[in-house]
Amino acid sequence: MTVPLTLLDKIWRRHAIVERDDGQTLLYIDRQYMGDDLLPDVFGALTERGVKMRRPDRAFGTPDHYVPTTRRGGEPIGDPERRRMLETLMGNAAASGFEVFPLGDRRQGIVHVVGPEQGLSRPGMTIVCADSHTSTHGALGALALGIGSSETSHVLATQTLWQIKPRTMRVVVDGTCGSGVCAKDIIMALIAVIGVAGAVGHAVEFAGGTIRALSIEGRMTICNMVIEAGARAGLVAPDDTTFAYLKGRPYAPRGADWTAAVAFWRALGSDPAAVFDREIVLDAGDIAPMVTWGTTPEDACAITGAVPDPAAAPDAEGRARIAKSLSYMGLVPGMPLGGITIDRAFIGSCTNGRIEDLRAAARVVAGRRAVVPAMIVPGSGLVRAQAEAEGLDRVFTEAGFEWREPGCSMCIAVNGDTVQAGERCASSTNRNFVGRQGVGARTHLMSPAMVAAAAVTGRLTDVRTLLRAG
Amino acid sequence: MECFQLLDAVAVPLAAPDIDTDQILPARFMQKLRSDGFGQYLFHDLRHNGDGTKSPGFVLDEPAYRGARIAVAERNFGCGSSREQAVYALYDHGMRAVIAPSFGDIFFTNCFQNGMLPVVLPAALVGALLEQLRRQPGCHVVVDLAAQIVIGPDGTASGFVVDPFRKRLLLDGVDELDFTLGHGDRIAEFEKTHKIW
Repeated sequence: MTVPLTLLDKIWRRHAIVERDDGQTLLYIDRQYMGDDLLPDVFGALTERGVKMRRPDRAFGTPDHYVPTTRRGGEPIGDPERRRMLETLMGNAAASGFEVFPLGDRRQGIVHVVGPEQGLSRPGMTIVCADSHTSTHGALGALALGIGSSETSHVLATQTLWQIKPRTMRVVVDGTCGSGVCAKDIIMALIAVIGVAGAVGHAVEFAGGTIRALSIEGRMTICNMVIEAGARAGLVAPDDTTFAYLKGRPYAPRGADWTAAVAFWRALGSDPAAVFDREIVLDAGDIAPMVTWGTTPEDACAITGAVPDPAAAPDAEGRARIAKSLSYMGLVPGMPLGGITIDRAFIGSCTNGRIEDLRAAARVVAGRRAVVPAMIVPGSGLVRAQAEAEGLDRVFTEAGFEWREPGCSMCIAVNGDTVQAGERCASSTNRNFVGRQGVGARTHLMSPAMVAAAAVTGRLTDVRTLLRAG
Repeated sequence: MECFQLLDAVAVPLAAPDIDTDQILPARFMQKLRSDGFGQYLFHDLRHNGDGTKSPGFVLDEPAYRGARIAVAERNFGCGSSREQAVYALYDHGMRAVIAPSFGDIFFTNCFQNGMLPVVLPAALVGALLEQLRRQPGCHVVVDLAAQIVIGPDGTASGFVVDPFRKRLLLDGVDELDFTLGHGDRIAEFEKTHKIW
């Protein structure tokens, strides 16, 4: 009898080159992505050793972190350090011969939006990028790992990584999401339950009827943010939804190759009897639109809830941590979350900068007006073009939103788009860490529809009340 | 890469859970050059006021901890972003080891790549260690990689587990990339038959 295998097992086996007795495996890497956030030392490590990039044909780059999101006339970036980051990527691409979607190319955008969009991320692949949100690509059934810059040099030079096989966790989500509840709420609810270290050392496979019913974009939001629970990777077994998403994308296989690829992909899913180290079950019907109140993604609860009281924490450490978070966030225990006034709204990022996210936001915004400064930053030039073709840009601009060019923007705030100190921002991003969106910035994470609801009311608002009124 | 064998040094308590890499090295300093050193940006926003002036009171700046080469932290240290600059900042400031009950996975790996040892000890032992550091600011902790033990200020020795592969590389100061380049033939052989769908 053969041992039942998980999706992770199947990918792992096909990529193991050397398996050492101490548990380290030299894993072959099929795809490497590069943003504009690599320091010159990353390629410098190769130059130092006199080695060349091993497989430029397997790598793709696009500038994302440091790009301006204001109108682009092709003028160079003013800030010399940001300009150098971009020039480093472009220089490395030219010197080593990997493909890059430069600023001004319609395909430019956030690398985790662009890779899947181009059909570059596919089931069964091993994918790396020097960015923790590389987990996004797991939505297509790939093992996608965020790595550091030394490991990036390692992949550039050898197309491999030394890895210890992660433990496995399966998160089964069944039930139907209520109106106004989406993938972002599911992953935020999961993190609130298991905590920011709840999945450390694990590859998390998402399964169950709710996940199957999600689009690839929704699955990407979930896999993207599983890193906020500390996971090594997130995965969803490929299915017809995956194949339909990939078919016809520029870099997807075609013709006979496509047929063979689908047959191969179809067999990748975890065997029914496969055993996981941990199992977690969620009922989607229990999940309400979520918001964060604190300074880690686990500090989240339903919009119908209230700011927690530190005194209710089980131990002194918890009391101190919550009190510190609330002090930074300028919140008082017991305040209802719905009604907290905001200063700014941001929709975008690798978590929620795709076309479905913009559609969900536009449905809420249509016929209303933003009452605080609000901006939309599409995840890629193609997302932006698609939104314009659907007239979404007009919905947003008529409501007073800024309609920007693609990039990471205010999610990490290194391109000049920042939240000011003390300002409270409703944000469709992934991290509400202290200072993440700017020094002293206060971030509330939520879905794009919830950000839209906050933008048009000026306060954290249960989007379901607007959908009913809509 | 500098080798790591035995460290007997001042240890600084960083007593908070979930210290993320955005705290260790705020994102706006990621684009600095390594040659200029990242030590000056370590915990920048906890050590400076909004206007950039030095803010007193952060533990790292207390005279007793000057020259600290070991940090002792609470659970999930280094969670969040993959930025290796967080390790550069600790390293360039002088740190060579971090002791905590658990770490962010990517940060943990990044440490080894830079000659810095992340040590996982049970939360109770870390708690006891933090307590001693608070009682006797500036006291030493010993981290012995070869023997895989941490010796606290009170002389208590605690064993720790370390991946044998990473341990070897660190003890010898061998860079992982140099090691793997020796496997070039195996990689080439693998590539001959590996199909990417």
